[in-house]
Amino acid sequence: MTEITTIAPAPVATAATPASAPAPKVENNSIFRHALYVVSENPVTGLSFGLFLLIALCALFGPYIVPFDPLASDTAAALSPPSWKHWFGTDQLGRDIFSRVIVATRLDFIIAITSVALVFALGGFAGIAAGFFLGWTDRIVGRISDTIMAFPLFVLAMGIVAALGNTVTNIVIATAIINFPLYVRVARAEANVRREAGFVQAARLSGNSDFRILFGHILPNIMPIMMVQISLTMGYAILNAAGLSFIGLGVRAPTPEWGIMVAEGAANIISGEWWIALFPGLALMIAVFTFNLLGDGLRDLVDPQRRT
Amino acid sequence: MAIMLKRMTLIIPNLIGVIIVTFLLTRALPGDPAAYFAGPAATKESVEQIRKSLGLDKPLIVQFGSYVSELAHGNLGTSLTTGQPVLTEIKNRLPASAELTLFGLILSIVIAVPLGILAAVKQGSWIDHTCRIVATAGVSLPVFFTGLLLVYVFYYILGWSPAPLGRLDVFASAPTQITGFYLIDSLVTGNWSAFRSSLNQLLLPGLTLCIFSLAPIARMTRASMLTVLSSEFIRTARASGLDSRTVIITYAFRNAMLPVVTTLGMVFSFLLGANVLVEKVFAWPGIGSYAVEALISSDFAPVQGFVLTMAILYVALNLLIDLLYGVIDPRVRLEA
Repeated sequence: MTEITTIAPAPVATAATPASAPAPKVENNSIFRHALYVVSENPVTGLSFGLFLLIALCALFGPYIVPFDPLASDTAAALSPPSWKHWFGTDQLGRDIFSRVIVATRLDFIIAITSVALVFALGGFAGIAAGFFLGWTDRIVGRISDTIMAFPLFVLAMGIVAALGNTVTNIVIATAIINFPLYVRVARAEANVRREAGFVQAARLSGNSDFRILFGHILPNIMPIMMVQISLTMGYAILNAAGLSFIGLGVRAPTPEWGIMVAEGAANIISGEWWIALFPGLALMIAVFTFNLLGDGLRDLVDPQRRT
Repeated sequence: MAIMLKRMTLIIPNLIGVIIVTFLLTRALPGDPAAYFAGPAATKESVEQIRKSLGLDKPLIVQFGSYVSELAHGNLGTSLTTGQPVLTEIKNRLPASAELTLFGLILSIVIAVPLGILAAVKQGSWIDHTCRIVATAGVSLPVFFTGLLLVYVFYYILGWSPAPLGRLDVFASAPTQITGFYLIDSLVTGNWSAFRSSLNQLLLPGLTLCIFSLAPIARMTRASMLTVLSSEFIRTARASGLDSRTVIITYAFRNAMLPVVTTLGMVFSFLLGANVLVEKVFAWPGIGSYAVEALISSDFAPVQGFVLTMAILYVALNLLIDLLYGVIDPRVRLEA
């Protein structure tokens, strides 16, 4: 990746990071060209975009394209290793693991997306409000996120799910809560930098209300950086949700979900049936890997200065 | 000493926050806690009676007061399934968890720090690339999955490791209890068979946690070493003819340590969570698996006790890290 740093950033690059300058209007065409440039310069980023498309397709169409019903058991074919008929083998009830892994994509994806959307709305808003208004708002938001950070995060998520009840919705809520401080930190820092920026002052002088400035001027400007944060936390959200369902929280047994599938295969590892746990685990790994790489790629796109 | 006191006062708001949150978590139990504790066959009167005896009919603030005073007396409630006080169980199981976590962390530091230094010194070499691959892969691997992979390879295929069932194999007996850390206890008492047995059991789960925490430490060491190595005083030291070993270890590393120690705080947060998953995979009798068992049987007192214990441990660890700053960098001491 060292070769990338030596290449001068594309002309749009400076325009895409409004540090203190008013947001210049970047034409869509040049953003697209810049995206193409970043993807072609860094094949890993290209790969991650490709993987992301694959995951999105599985989430959208998975249930319609799989060869077997993910819940149908066939005890005659139980615990058969990967073969032409069952690509990933079958589990102890004879269910086709390939179908289950593909179908599970949607549920894992939905859990991650909803929790990230929730924390983006809450944490992002609290963060920009804290960075913009400072004073009491800042102190209260800061105290809340400090308190959350005082817990080991996964442990707090366990506690929240235990207290609110063992459902998928509560897994989403718990995942959102433990990511809250991350969003607050980024949004606060970015909003604070722009607080006294020229374009904000201009907007204020032309009589815009505080809320209009927050949502109409500051939020659009920090969106690119928040997008990077979203992609990076997606991977973490998937890991967290899978970890919770691995210990038996949230998603219930017959439902295909990666974490619970690994848990079901865990007992069979000792007796050598590796395929039950391996494939959902690999799917989990690829998904997290994709979102992490995608986050790095997006960061290159919106913030060339931080390129690695 | 003065700094220590100052740091101590800084953690008080954190502790208060932690206690408020755990209190709210106990009161947010699904449904009516009184009906829950009374059991399914309870009559209306007995539910009322339990509500009174638990103090649930009083205002929230009074309930909070009695919760805090219970905590001050070291009372975390009683587990419904085992009938044991939660505090005793946590106390008995904590050494197992602590031994595992610390073993994993130390292993990880021993590997990650030299790897990060080498990657920074020989930037662009194969060590650097290895470091990057390890860092990216380590972040993406679910910790329970790594654990299962290791079990499959080292237990099922190679047969080098014992079955992943607890801290000792069935034939060995536990060493005399001194610290509760089997490795240390068996060494002190000279109990070699227990030492070997517990080390064998500890290796795989420890390695799992190590792989998990390797990435952030290696990444941070590399980044921080790169920053320091490009600074003026390193150039001066080099120009003065000091050999590169002295420059890298004595001059650069000491200055690069501060951000690494900061990352340790975050690593601990992840490790304490990952510990729960690893304990489940390896049937490790620590507080994580205690909490998981309680969670599955909807036994809430142990879960709350566990969350509180972990949070207090974590706050204490962060305090320790703060104090470490002062040891590493005397300037921090002056500022305080």
